Amino acid sequence: MASETDTTAGIEDGVRRRDFINIAAVSFAGVGAAAVVLPLVNQMNPSADVLAQSTTEIDISAIQPGQAIKTSWRKQPVFVRNLVPAEIAAAKKVPLSDLRDPQTIDERTKPGKENWLITLGVCTHLGCVPLGAAEGENRGDFGGYFCPCHGSHYDTAARIRKGPAPKNLVVPPYEFNSDTVVTIG
Amino acid sequence: MSFPWAKNYEPQQPLMKWLDEKLPLPRLVYNAIGAGYPVPRNLNYFWNFGVLAGVALVIQIVTGIVLAMHYAANAGVAFNSVEHIMRDVNAGWFIRYAHMNGASMFFIVVYLHIFRGLYYGSYKAPREMVWLLGVVIFLLMMATAFMGYVLPWGQMSFWGAQVITGFFSAIPAVGDPIRVWLLGGFAPDNAALNRFFSLHYLLPFVIAGVIILHIWALHIPGSSNPTGIEVKDEQDTVPFHPYYTAKDGFGVGVFLLLFVTLTFFSPNLLGHADNYIAANPLSTPAHIVPEWYFWPFYAILRAFTFNFLWIDAKLWGVLAMFAAIALLFFLPWLDSSPVKSSNYRPLNRIFFWVLVADVFILGWCGKSPAEQPYVLLSQLGAAYYFAHFLIILPIISRIERPLPMPNSITEAVLAKHADAPSAATA
Repeated sequence: MASETDTTAGIEDGVRRRDFINIAAVSFAGVGAAAVVLPLVNQMNPSADVLAQSTTEIDISAIQPGQAIKTSWRKQPVFVRNLVPAEIAAAKKVPLSDLRDPQTIDERTKPGKENWLITLGVCTHLGCVPLGAAEGENRGDFGGYFCPCHGSHYDTAARIRKGPAPKNLVVPPYEFNSDTVVTIG
Repeated sequence: MSFPWAKNYEPQQPLMKWLDEKLPLPRLVYNAIGAGYPVPRNLNYFWNFGVLAGVALVIQIVTGIVLAMHYAANAGVAFNSVEHIMRDVNAGWFIRYAHMNGASMFFIVVYLHIFRGLYYGSYKAPREMVWLLGVVIFLLMMATAFMGYVLPWGQMSFWGAQVITGFFSAIPAVGDPIRVWLLGGFAPDNAALNRFFSLHYLLPFVIAGVIILHIWALHIPGSSNPTGIEVKDEQDTVPFHPYYTAKDGFGVGVFLLLFVTLTFFSPNLLGHADNYIAANPLSTPAHIVPEWYFWPFYAILRAFTFNFLWIDAKLWGVLAMFAAIALLFFLPWLDSSPVKSSNYRPLNRIFFWVLVADVFILGWCGKSPAEQPYVLLSQLGAAYYFAHFLIILPIISRIERPLPMPNSITEAVLAKHADAPSAATA
C-alpha cells in the first residue's frame, strides 16, 4: 500500500500519474492497432493489375441493325446493340412516369449515335447476364433483355420494366473514337 | 457445472494420477462426455443429432484438408485441378464425393437438430445461450458452405458467387464499393477465388471453436429432454458413458450408412450438372439454383418482386432473407410459454408442423424457376414464415392451455412403462 500512497502524493486534483500512463498506453496501442487494420482491410480492394484492365476498344463495324454483340470490360460482360428505328421509337413512346428508373433513350446513348445502345450485360438485381444479346434468345416482355435468374425484363433501351431489378442496365463510360471504334472505360 | 451427484474423476494408475496433476485433460473428457456427466434418462433419438453434427464436421475437416493438398486456388486452373482430383489422384474421387455429400449430410443433421430444438423448446431458459451460439454456428456453416461451393470454379460456382456477393450491392450508397471490396475486382475472379479458399479453410476451425462454447453453455444447465421437465434428482439421470455413448454410437452407425449410400450410389444426386462446366463470365446458366440447403432462404429472397414503401424490391429481398435467420436469435423471447416440450403444447404442436410444411414449400419454390405459381407461393410462404415467429408464436404461447404434465422425468418414464404391459394384455 505504500507505493499506492506514493503515486498520489503531491497531486491535488486527484488524477494519479498512473491513470495518465494507463490512458496514454491504451490510446497508443489503439492507434497502433488501427494503423495495422488499415492495410489488412485495404488488401481486399482490387489490385493494380485488376484495375489496369479498365479500358477496352471495340470494333462495331460488323454489327448489323437489329444485332447485338457480347464483349467484356473489367471482366464484366458488355452488350453493344445496333437498334432498329422501331426499337428507338418504342423506347421513346414510353412515358417516363412508367419507369422504375426514369431515363430517356437520349440520356442512355450518344447524340447522333442513338442507334448504338452500349450497356453492361450485368443484371442490376444480383448480377446475372441477361439473355437477348444473341440471336434467338428470349428478350422478355418488352423486347430488350430478359434475366432468367430472377425474372427481370428490360425494354429496348435496356431500362428495367418488370421484375426485381432496381435499376436500368448500367451504361458504362465510353467514347466513339471513330464511326466504327468505341473505347469503353 | 453439472449436478451434485455427478461421479468424480478418480484416476487409479500412477501415470493417470501424474497426468491429472499436470494437465487434467482426461478429467475434462470424463466430466464432459464420460461417466462424470449425468444426462436425463429419457432422451430419444432426436438427441443424437448434436453428436452427429460434430461427426459431420470432423469428416468435412479431414476430407477438406486432404483435398487442399491437391487443389489449386487459381481461376485459370481451379476447375482442372478438381477434375485432376476426380480422375488422377488416387482415391481422389472418393475424397471429393465424400466432402461434397458430407456438406449435405452436415446440413441434414443440423436442420434436424434445429427442428428438434424448435419442437422440444430447447431454446428456452435456461438454455438461451446454447440456442444463440447454435444460430451463430448455423450462420458460419452457411458462409463456409457457400465459399466451398465456389472453389471448383464451375458455372454454378461462378454464378453463385456473382449472385451472393450481389446481395451486398443492395445496401444503399455503399453497396457497390462493398461488393468490389469483397470480390477484389468488379466480377468474381482470381482474387475472389483465392480469398474464398483461404476463408473456407479457416471457418471450419472457427465453427469448431463456437461448438466448444455451445457445449460449454449446454453443460451448465445440462441437456434438455423430451418432457421438457428439468432434472430434479439423481434418479432422473444416467451417466453419459456408457448409456449415451452407446446410443449415439448406434446413431453414428445409421448416419454413416446413409452417408456412404449417398456417396457411392448417387454422389451427384444433390449437385447440379452445370457445375461440371468450367466457369464462363459471359454466359449465365438458364436456371441458377443454389445448393438444396439454401432453397428456403433463396425463395424468401426472390419473394420480393415489387418496391414497397421507400425500399426497392432488391433490398427487401436481401433484408428478408437475412431477417429470416436473424429472427431465430429472438426466438427465446418470442415464445413466452413456460412449457418447453410440444408434447404438452397442443396448439404449438400443430403450428410446428405447419412451419415444417411451410419451410418445405419454400424450399420447393427456391428450387423452381422464378415464374408463377412459384413466385406467389414463395410470397405466401415467406409471409407465413415471418407470421409464425412474430405473430402466431407470441399469441399461442399466451392463450394455449398446456396438457397436464408429470412431476418429474422419472414419473413420466415409469408411467410409460406401467402402460406398456397393460397395453400388451389388452
